[in-house]
Amino acid sequence: MTSVTMTVNGKKMSGEVEGRTLLVQFLREAQGLTGTHVGCDTSQCGACVVHVDGVAVKSCTMLAQEAAGAEVTTIEGMANPDGSLGVIQQAFQDHHGLQCGFCTPGMVMSAADLLKTNADPSETEIREYLEGNICRCTGYHNIVKSIQAAAATLRG
Amino acid sequence: MPKDHDGIGASTKRREDVRFLSGAGRYTDDINLRGQAYAYFLRSSVAHGNLTSIDTAEAEAMPGVVRIFTAKDFEGVGGLPCGWQVTDRFGQPMKEPGHPVLATGKVRHVGDPIAVVVAESLAEAKDAAEAIMVDIDELPAVIDMKAAVAGGAPLVHDDVENNLCYDWGFVEENREAVDAAIRGAHHVTTLELVNNRLVANPMEPRVAVGDYDRTTGEHTLYTTSQNPHVIRLLMGAFVLGIPEHKLRVVAPDVGGGFGTKIFHYAEEAFCTFAAKAVNRPVKWTCDRSEAFITDCHGRDHVTKIELALDAEGKFLALRTDTLANMGAYLSTFAPSVPTWLHGTLMAGNYTTPLVYVNVKAVFTNTVPVDAYRGAGRPEATFQLERVIDKAARELGIDPIELRRRNFIKPEQFPYQTPVAVVYDTGNYHATMDKLVEIADVAGFPARRAASEAKGKLRGLGIAHYIEACGIAPSQLVGQLGARAGLYESATVRVNATGSISVYTGSHSHGQGHETTFPQVVAEMLGIDATQVDIVHGDTSKIPMGMGTYGSRSIAVGGTAMVKATEKIIAKAKKIAAHLMEAAETDVELAGGQFSVKGTDKSIAWGDVCLAAYVPHNYPLESIEPGLEETAFYDPSNFTYPSGGYACEVEVDPDTGKVEILAFSAADDFGNVINPMIVSGQVHGGIAQGIGQALLEQAVYDENGQLLTGSYMDYAMPRADDVPMYAVDHSCVTPCTHNPLGVKGCGEAGAIGSPPAVVNAVVDALAARGVTHIDMPLTPARVWAAMNAAG
Amino acid sequence: MYDFEFVKPASVADALAALSDEDAKPLSGGQTLLPTMKQRLAMPTKLVSLAGMAELIGVSAEGGVLTVKGATPHAKVAAEATAYPALAALASHIGDPAVRNRGTIGGSLANNDPSACYPAAALASGATIVTTAREIPADEYFQGMFTTALEEHEIITAVKFPIPEAANYQKFVQPASRFALVGVFVAKFATGVRVAVTGASEEGVFRWTEAEEALSSSFTPDAVASLKAPAEGMIGDIHGTPEYRAHLIGVMTKRAVAAAA
Repeated sequence: MTSVTMTVNGKKMSGEVEGRTLLVQFLREAQGLTGTHVGCDTSQCGACVVHVDGVAVKSCTMLAQEAAGAEVTTIEGMANPDGSLGVIQQAFQDHHGLQCGFCTPGMVMSAADLLKTNADPSETEIREYLEGNICRCTGYHNIVKSIQAAAATLRG
Repeated sequence: MPKDHDGIGASTKRREDVRFLSGAGRYTDDINLRGQAYAYFLRSSVAHGNLTSIDTAEAEAMPGVVRIFTAKDFEGVGGLPCGWQVTDRFGQPMKEPGHPVLATGKVRHVGDPIAVVVAESLAEAKDAAEAIMVDIDELPAVIDMKAAVAGGAPLVHDDVENNLCYDWGFVEENREAVDAAIRGAHHVTTLELVNNRLVANPMEPRVAVGDYDRTTGEHTLYTTSQNPHVIRLLMGAFVLGIPEHKLRVVAPDVGGGFGTKIFHYAEEAFCTFAAKAVNRPVKWTCDRSEAFITDCHGRDHVTKIELALDAEGKFLALRTDTLANMGAYLSTFAPSVPTWLHGTLMAGNYTTPLVYVNVKAVFTNTVPVDAYRGAGRPEATFQLERVIDKAARELGIDPIELRRRNFIKPEQFPYQTPVAVVYDTGNYHATMDKLVEIADVAGFPARRAASEAKGKLRGLGIAHYIEACGIAPSQLVGQLGARAGLYESATVRVNATGSISVYTGSHSHGQGHETTFPQVVAEMLGIDATQVDIVHGDTSKIPMGMGTYGSRSIAVGGTAMVKATEKIIAKAKKIAAHLMEAAETDVELAGGQFSVKGTDKSIAWGDVCLAAYVPHNYPLESIEPGLEETAFYDPSNFTYPSGGYACEVEVDPDTGKVEILAFSAADDFGNVINPMIVSGQVHGGIAQGIGQALLEQAVYDENGQLLTGSYMDYAMPRADDVPMYAVDHSCVTPCTHNPLGVKGCGEAGAIGSPPAVVNAVVDALAARGVTHIDMPLTPARVWAAMNAAG
Repeated sequence: MYDFEFVKPASVADALAALSDEDAKPLSGGQTLLPTMKQRLAMPTKLVSLAGMAELIGVSAEGGVLTVKGATPHAKVAAEATAYPALAALASHIGDPAVRNRGTIGGSLANNDPSACYPAAALASGATIVTTAREIPADEYFQGMFTTALEEHEIITAVKFPIPEAANYQKFVQPASRFALVGVFVAKFATGVRVAVTGASEEGVFRWTEAEEALSSSFTPDAVASLKAPAEGMIGDIHGTPEYRAHLIGVMTKRAVAAAA
């Protein structure tokens, strides 16, 4: 076991991990941040997407020790300081961009990553960007609408 | 008033979203109990074989191992029960081989569990599982259904001749009349088709956590289920022998189900059993790869369908022969899917007077097959809507016109079909008209020409479906072989200040019940919906529940809630009458106020509730204090949503790739509680239907190895595979036999869309001589079909 | 996953030292290795992390050659390989955005998945694979699916791509994995045209010499319109027959030429 420390949602978090401990296991099991989900084992579904040092990664395909010293943001860190839903989260509620909610944390994290680099994505760009996030409930229609709405709000 | 804002018909935002969006959902895998151990299932890597020995000695000595279980530990424990018995066309019961919790004597599919390691950590359990020595005498596997029943094939179960579970005929008395009508018809259109085998793939894999309290003897199972009470009943009564009051089943937030989380699975029984055996909580979390070889699959029919028509295109008779795959064992509701959920829908929206459906259910060395979104009804709709399209082309009649000629007319309802069911209401001409409008069918020729100009082949496909939802009348399904009732319960508990908790036996795993159910209660009472909360998914809290599947929640569960709320209102009126010193018959409830007809006397909802719990001034001589009512509702009929679906595609003639350019749906769901949520249900169903039509298929090789065992080979629809959808549910014929007039909307999208997509692709390729392509219409298949025909 | 020791060396030299242990393996972005290890199909005792090592990251162009350092993630190549737009475009469509933030060019080329994109670019460009031990021409580097000229514990430090006059990559995706069912990279140099095909062959990435000859004479879609790649030796699986893949090679080549010309 090795001790690993990283900053998660602005807080320093440490834990004992094995070499094989995945970042998602560190978050879910060691830190109790169960908002990040595991929906597959081939790095495709995207339920586990978090941000590491400002970019989206699949936390099921990154070792906890690889994130040592990094700044990690999870779905639990996406709300406003007062705990209310952030802009992207709110847009998902407003536009019914989720049903069972299982893929949702990854969707929100991917959407946030997209909107950082593309303030006004087209429908096609959004759909292409979500290639690594699978949703089985919504048929994506309202996810696309949610992200478009969030983009409009963020543009002001 | 609040009710204008968030009552029936309002697109109220979902309250459950706040926790899901905050990462605060509580899914089963988020539950970790103090001292829990982890279970790992060692599964068969071969499809068929005799288990000659299992040696766990070395594995038991491995670090962290708590205990290793094999079939020996389950002697005296029941097998997994089947909840539906089908009677074959000779009056004999179906063959019902046992389904042990752990494979006993034989393994019958890749993934069949052989042993379970319970260890301190999952990694240690996996390490130890590798050290278990298993000897399997491999037997030839039987995978192909036609081969399985042809005679001389290997037997999945030694005592099931020809691997035939049942040979079912419906309506058997019509058999000869149908044959005669087809022999004498002006035209017969014949089609052989495959309804491809699918994997439901809810994004949350299954999880089970078993717990046991030695001091009380109470077992608790946390599980990813659509119907915790059904699991309690099946597992308690048939597998483990635990009475209900000592068995609590909790299905907390569940990340999608689509049918595959209805069934009772071995892992649930195992974790419940093992928690007592090792005296600590036992948790099992399914990997996606494991899900592919353990979650029940869906569909998997091979069908020949024949439609007889007269010279005017009127349908005279319909005959179908289907092989339906059961997999290696009978899952919970598997026998009902290709029979009662399929044959009874073969009249579709049409006046076809004679229908005969033959279904042979077949055992193969594959994962069990059971209900998947739509369950039987998509298979029926697909056959029917494909054969009608083919007939239209053969007869040179416009496919929309051919359907209209044969639609049951609005004035013909209630309509007795030749396949047992009675449609209460519907207006198929209206939904077809609406579809033609929203899909801009009139503009299609111009769009096709534009596509052709850039070298693409454009096609328009139409389908019109009917389904039977709101499953369903208990006495009827009992006659048909169901071993469970299909009512629903609700308890409405009004608290002293007027806030309300509704305890429903329905289960929400994405459908938004926490939002829509309060809309109904709020509407009835004239109070704000935020005063109403829903409790579901826990057998210790809810009296009884049959759960959520078959688009039944609002039609059956919602009606139970309405009935309980009606009882609340009746009692509250008595209290209000007493408080206002008026006759009970003069008391009215509106806008959250009780008032006396023709006077200015009124009293607020909250004051009446308070009086019920502080009965100082209260008619104690005639009614009890308190305000809580329970209702069980058993419907008198199914509900029959219907609708028209249109798909427009472009096919790339160089590669065979199909692109969906537009998709429209005009549904009649009866009355709608929350239009936003209903649209969302349709969207999701359409995406799954598009997935079936273009992308998805579970494929086994001849040895029974699943070739599509992960998302690397099983193609899930992604955001760029589907378009925006135009959905409409403004055509409303309210259900006549439930008070809300609702029909259910959960499965429609998955039922109407596959034939619309395939019809569109065939339309695009018709000029090249293509008449049919089996799903999924992958680029490779479309390209091959174009070349074969051309 | 079996457990292993994770080490994160500060330099390539330290990485090589760490890799001298038996059963040690380099870990770059891990987007293939980690899923493989999850299935317990690989059991290294030590993983030596190369990701994020400054000396292994960077994209630069000089003298008609684009150099991508070994641990450069796909997203960085997509953003920064402006001197070689076809390569940037290829990198921008590998996997998905999250995968592109982790996966690296060195990892991809070392793995040599028969349906990966980068091998097609390297082979068609006539790239040079620079390792800790030597420089290997692409024509010698790719030796069949999942097989390369790399020796045990040799690390790819950079890939040097001669920048063509015109180039394009066309990928026809396998619908599930979104890897290339067939991918064709066409690169036109003053000395001639090179065409590399990924996804299709049982031998991994290969050069389609008939197309190269035809395109070297006339760099037009018509030049390859009548060419047919042979189906023999092509992969046949549930996603496509050998004949279909062979057909797609022709279609994708034609489209790549049309897009590049």
